[in-house]
Amino acid sequence: MSTITRDEVAHLAHLARLAVTDDELDTFAVQLDVILSSVASIADVAADDILPTTHAVPLTNVLRADEPGTSLNRDTVLLAAPAAEGGRFRVPRILDAQE
Amino acid sequence: MHPPSSMTPVAPQPDAATAPIAPRSFDQVIASYQPVIGLETHIELGTRTKMFCGCAAAFGDEPNTNICPVCLGLPGALPVANAAAVESAILIGLALNCSIASWCRFARKNYFYPDMPKNFQISQYDEPLCFDGWLDVRLPGDSVDIDGNVEQPSSVRIEIERVHMEEDTGKSLHVGGATGRIHGATHSLVDYNRAGIPLVEIVTKPITGTGERAPEVARAYATQLRDVIRALGVSDVRMEQGSMRCDVNTSLQPIGASEWGTRTETKNVNSLRSVERAVRSEMCRQAGVLDAGIRIVQETRHFHEDTGQTTSGRSKEEATDYRYFPEPDLVPLAPETAWVDSLRERLPELSAEKLARLQTEWGLTDKDMAAVLGAGAVQLIAATIAAGATAEVARKWWLGELARRANADGVELEGLAITPKQVAEVQQLVDRGSLNDKLARQAIEGVLAGEGEPGQVVAARGLEVVSDTDTLGAAVDAAIAANAEVAQKVRDGKVAAAGALVGAVMKTTKGQADAQTVCTLILERLSAS
Ligand SMILES: [Zn+2]
Repeated sequence: MSTITRDEVAHLAHLARLAVTDDELDTFAVQLDVILSSVASIADVAADDILPTTHAVPLTNVLRADEPGTSLNRDTVLLAAPAAEGGRFRVPRILDAQE
Repeated sequence: MHPPSSMTPVAPQPDAATAPIAPRSFDQVIASYQPVIGLETHIELGTRTKMFCGCAAAFGDEPNTNICPVCLGLPGALPVANAAAVESAILIGLALNCSIASWCRFARKNYFYPDMPKNFQISQYDEPLCFDGWLDVRLPGDSVDIDGNVEQPSSVRIEIERVHMEEDTGKSLHVGGATGRIHGATHSLVDYNRAGIPLVEIVTKPITGTGERAPEVARAYATQLRDVIRALGVSDVRMEQGSMRCDVNTSLQPIGASEWGTRTETKNVNSLRSVERAVRSEMCRQAGVLDAGIRIVQETRHFHEDTGQTTSGRSKEEATDYRYFPEPDLVPLAPETAWVDSLRERLPELSAEKLARLQTEWGLTDKDMAAVLGAGAVQLIAATIAAGATAEVARKWWLGELARRANADGVELEGLAITPKQVAEVQQLVDRGSLNDKLARQAIEGVLAGEGEPGQVVAARGLEVVSDTDTLGAAVDAAIAANAEVAQKVRDGKVAAAGALVGAVMKTTKGQADAQTVCTLILERLSAS
């Protein structure tokens, strides 16, 4: 029984900005469902006295002092950008034309 | 939870069904509705470095000069939280009477928008660092209690829902459209210097029962919040520079109804004065829509300083799916009691006690003090007194002439181009007899106009009081001669009539005389003859 719908996959694909074809929606819905139900089986063994694991290492309060470090050279960074202008990253139009 | 302020574009979309509907007058709103408001305030912390990396957290540097693999989200870079930022956030929580979480995590808020190069913002979600606090806000004049009754104690308790930490976003310049707007732009240019600067977000619980004072309460809360945070020294909290940003939620509940109305969230509110204006205009707009039988759309709206109105942004329903999850690259925060207690000891004398002490020191009535608070003038007056002025004089300047100027220019008092020290200097010139009140106001005007220090303005504008008694004596004699009838009245004992003669002398000396000296000279002459 599928608990994840085709529409949900389409919604997630949109949120992740992935172009997914109609065929893929069907495939992914099935596959994601398998993954979800596999992970859900953990709930069968989880008991109230087992705390959720929040991190691979049981650490808290890893903090750094408020001391300046080294920043990168701007020109070097902008070389890696698809486009730059006036020391800034140049990005395509943000709103769709109809917005 | 809401998108970062720069995420919602300023798009002049007409409200689907509401474009032509006229707003109601404020009185009409109050007759039919009870407003419910809430404020979400972002404070940029004044740390030396960013929230999760060692880049300088500076304002006004060349674009993209304070960026590194962490704040650019380059592969493999790992964030580490800034201890000073965490301490500042806890201090804010303590100052707002919050509980401090014994354990909490950061969360990823996922969205695609070029102001964050990582395509997510590190924030906190269901485990804020501080929660369940309050701030008692004092109001000018008569006040409302939380049940809406008009009462004498001028105070409203604002409940604080949460205080959490997050990182700021980058800044975009929109090119190719009209005047830098995102709408119609062909492309945008992004500067990531601000991306990753530590932010604290302070969220109130819904504020109900304030009725017609809702706009005023919103402003008073923002003002007092700013003062509290400034006293902590953790941010410069300047709204005009964006280090304090208020989003205002507003909804209307028809009187007698049991459920709250749909709320809107107004962004782009850039001054304390505009916090009040934004609530007021949104209340009037919503009442117009509701009275026309149309439902309110839950959405983000943008406040426009020039018109004092809000316009619709993008409908919020489209954008709320941020798929928060615990940030895997950061370990949890677990502030120990000893740490929190040591921070508590660092709290400056705050709010209620401090204000009570200042009110006594300054010799103010409750009403006077409320006016000082309402004007956001506490620190300015304190600094003016520290620079040598008396409490009375400091208050007179800031709540009188300077408040008038600020109001005329549409800026906050602290946005005026004059410092408390300069105000105290002008007053010293008055005390020394070099300036009278009128000339002092001209000196203030000169300082505000950027003509230099008070002494320079006085010299350049030739503002010294005429104290040369020969010159004054001649002017007095001329005034008496020209106003023989008035002079006779004074001789007959009608001392009050001397005012007209003083006025005549002030006119001939172009206001540059000390009225008291002139009056004395006139009375000397008219009683001797
Ligand atoms: Zn950095």
